[in-house]
Amino acid sequence: MQRCVQTGALNQSIILRIKKAAMGFNSIVMVKQVPDTANISGQVMKEDGTVNRAKLPAIFNHEDRVAIELALQIKDKFGGKVTAITMGPPRASDILRECLYMGADEAYLISDRKFAGADTLATSYVLSEAIKKIGGYDFVFAGRQAIDGDTAQVGPQTAEKLHIPQITYSEEILGIKDGSVQIKRKIDGGFEVLESKLPLLVTVIKDAVSPRPFKARRVMAYKNARTLLELEKLTEGNSLLYIDQLKDDYVNKGLYIHTLTMDDLKLDESRCGVHGSPTKVHKVESVVLAGGSHEMIEPTKEGISRLIDQLLEDHILG
Amino acid sequence: MPNYFSDNTDILYHFEKLNLKDIVNIAEDEYKQAEQFDDAPVNYEDAMENYRKVMEIVGDITGNYIAPRAAKIDEEGAVFENGKVTYAKGTQEALEMLSKAELMGMILPRRFGGLNFPTTIYMMAVELISRAEASLMNIFGLQDIAKTIDKFATEEQREFYLPGFSSGLYTGAMALTEPDAGSDLQAVKLTAYQDENGNWFLRGVKRFITNGNGDVLLVLARTEAGTKDARGLSMLSCMKDDSIIVRRIEHKLGIHGSPTCELQFNDTPAELIGTRRFGLLKYVIYLMNRARVGIGAQSLGISQQAYEEALKYAKAREQFGKPIYNFPVVANMLIDMRVTLESNRTLFYNTCTWLDRKEAYEDLIEKRKSEKLPFNDVNEKFKEAQRMTNFLTPTTKYILSEASNKMTYDSIQIHGGTGYMREFAVERLARDARITNIYEGTSQLQIVAAAGSVINDVLADYINDWEKKEYKGSLKKLKESLMEIRVLFNDALKYVKEKKDTGFQDVAAKDLVELYSYIYTGYLLLDEANDDQRRVFTAKRFILDSLARSRKNAESIKNELYSDILHADTILI
Repeated sequence: MQRCVQTGALNQSIILRIKKAAMGFNSIVMVKQVPDTANISGQVMKEDGTVNRAKLPAIFNHEDRVAIELALQIKDKFGGKVTAITMGPPRASDILRECLYMGADEAYLISDRKFAGADTLATSYVLSEAIKKIGGYDFVFAGRQAIDGDTAQVGPQTAEKLHIPQITYSEEILGIKDGSVQIKRKIDGGFEVLESKLPLLVTVIKDAVSPRPFKARRVMAYKNARTLLELEKLTEGNSLLYIDQLKDDYVNKGLYIHTLTMDDLKLDESRCGVHGSPTKVHKVESVVLAGGSHEMIEPTKEGISRLIDQLLEDHILG
Repeated sequence: MPNYFSDNTDILYHFEKLNLKDIVNIAEDEYKQAEQFDDAPVNYEDAMENYRKVMEIVGDITGNYIAPRAAKIDEEGAVFENGKVTYAKGTQEALEMLSKAELMGMILPRRFGGLNFPTTIYMMAVELISRAEASLMNIFGLQDIAKTIDKFATEEQREFYLPGFSSGLYTGAMALTEPDAGSDLQAVKLTAYQDENGNWFLRGVKRFITNGNGDVLLVLARTEAGTKDARGLSMLSCMKDDSIIVRRIEHKLGIHGSPTCELQFNDTPAELIGTRRFGLLKYVIYLMNRARVGIGAQSLGISQQAYEEALKYAKAREQFGKPIYNFPVVANMLIDMRVTLESNRTLFYNTCTWLDRKEAYEDLIEKRKSEKLPFNDVNEKFKEAQRMTNFLTPTTKYILSEASNKMTYDSIQIHGGTGYMREFAVERLARDARITNIYEGTSQLQIVAAAGSVINDVLADYINDWEKKEYKGSLKKLKESLMEIRVLFNDALKYVKEKKDTGFQDVAAKDLVELYSYIYTGYLLLDEANDDQRRVFTAKRFILDSLARSRKNAESIKNELYSDILHADTILI
């Protein structure tokens, strides 16, 4: 109490915090459209073992839907704004509309042919620059990982590039108080509770919460929300439609999905897409797990030590 | 990821074929609502797109969220403890999900948080809900109570009750039945009385009240002391409070998720809905007719699932070295089930559309009257729609609810001994189906309700038009079969009329209603087959089967099969 009186700066920060709480917390949620790997049929696998994405239905990466839900729960409780962003091809606008159906306030499609072939490094570069441009966030949310790459790297790399702390594998937001947040995260064999200052990047696991359904009224209201790329498509072959007018019209109706390209973000081309991606796929192989012989290990010191030797020998450990 | 809407080709077929243009136009004030609400459609195509998208949500939630909870809901059931009713966990979760998806006020006006959808689309949702978990329909389907309040209450009452329904905060119940007033609602005794300030209070007992633990109760009560018939009954609404005691809930054969309550009203504060003395004659009839269509949807949903289970099992189960599906006897049963399902759905969505028309024209007449504009043209359409619903509502409820019993029976049969076991879903479906032809008026009462229309041959003009219509190829022969059924019907009807014996007429009514329904459904299917090659199979089996049945129906009447009723006391020893 005494210190508050003493330092005007602290007083100022308390006022700011109170103001902040009243305004709620803004979240940017990174989402991804992924191939539906749970429903792979014959035509989908190419002979070289890679996936023919065009043949796979594209779906909303489930853990990203969970991330949207968490962001919306913060909004429901404290107020604020939820913004969904995705980097992807034009058709990724489908999942942005779905974010709007769930309750997101705004959506951004980050799309450019030059982003194609991006690995996690290039992707996190583009996303972090987009997030900087959008700005004004307290939280950045993402699913733990996408079911196509399973790397779980984009979230952490984005946090690094934004120079903000991160909490991964989050299960539950326990509380937000005085500009810091307590989060329960999953670890091997249990959980731990971490506290962090805001802004913070949070990646979430699928069991964290059950995502809410699409809301009927929002579906009807936002079913015609369109990205710039989709609006451009509409103007093709229709000389009466001018893209700027059309865009203004959609913005005025609240049906515009923000669309950002490489130029809009003033990005370094050498860090985008295939050029900015050091990851090269060396080989794809289909691993068939076959049953083999088994060995009993005695639960003794000697037994365990023999097992460890064996594992080291097989290069499973070490 | 099953979607009960977009995976069901038969429902999609009907969805595509719907013609709700007039209805939506009226309901949307010629699309002026779009100026006020961003979820309102700007034209008919936009409206249909809205309905499709929302039905996809319903299909997703029912297929992926509710259906997996059905077995547990049946096992757990609603529980009554310390005077309090608690839904099964799955029921609670399902209701929460449906509320979050904004589906609890589908047919309510937008200004009260509703979606302002036609009844037909709402009934499609009810069908899907029932397929996933039949007893959930008994809570979800109570949106009709809110609709009744919307139709007959004051604006102030609407504002009080309806937003809570839309958000899922309130569930409702219609409290009609009493220990001595079941099918005969004129005998209702529960008393409504006024204090010196004109406030109403309820005192008495209601029994078998579906979801009687609900938050908003519509109660049929005797407001006119000393009266004994329908003209002394009024409709009142009240909120759940301590003055209403749930005395018990019933232990039922099926629909375990739906609590059936006995309620005691101890001077419960209530409000009059609409005008005194019209409780049964107008409001309950309105509510009941909608509820009957709802039971049709419930029956259809159960039937769909019974068919799915039977088909899946027949393909998986091998005996004598091959799937039992490959045995003609089993395939024949499955085809019977499929044709019953499809023909019932055709009849059902036709009924829904007529109900929608009736209500839309009625609303339009009200509007024209209030604007002092002429409404004669609409009045004609309204009267036609009213005639059709008077016949179709009870007939559809009768046909579909009986069919759901037969469908679940056959589904168990195809499962063999396995189907009799708790581990498989079909025994639950059979138990759930068993109530459909009892509540909201037994089948016997539906026949009484439909008989007048049948005896007056209200469909004559439609059938004449159909008889004049050209049909392609093999359909010509099927049309002749339908014409033959009509001859049988006319003969039987003439016989009944000439006999001038009301007792005989009451018993023969079942055959007459069935005969008439074969003709109507038969022509609907014939029209569908005219445009869709696959549906020729459906039309053919339905019509030929109906022809065989209609001979039995007609002969039962003309051979005086029922004359021995006069000797009932001798026979029934």
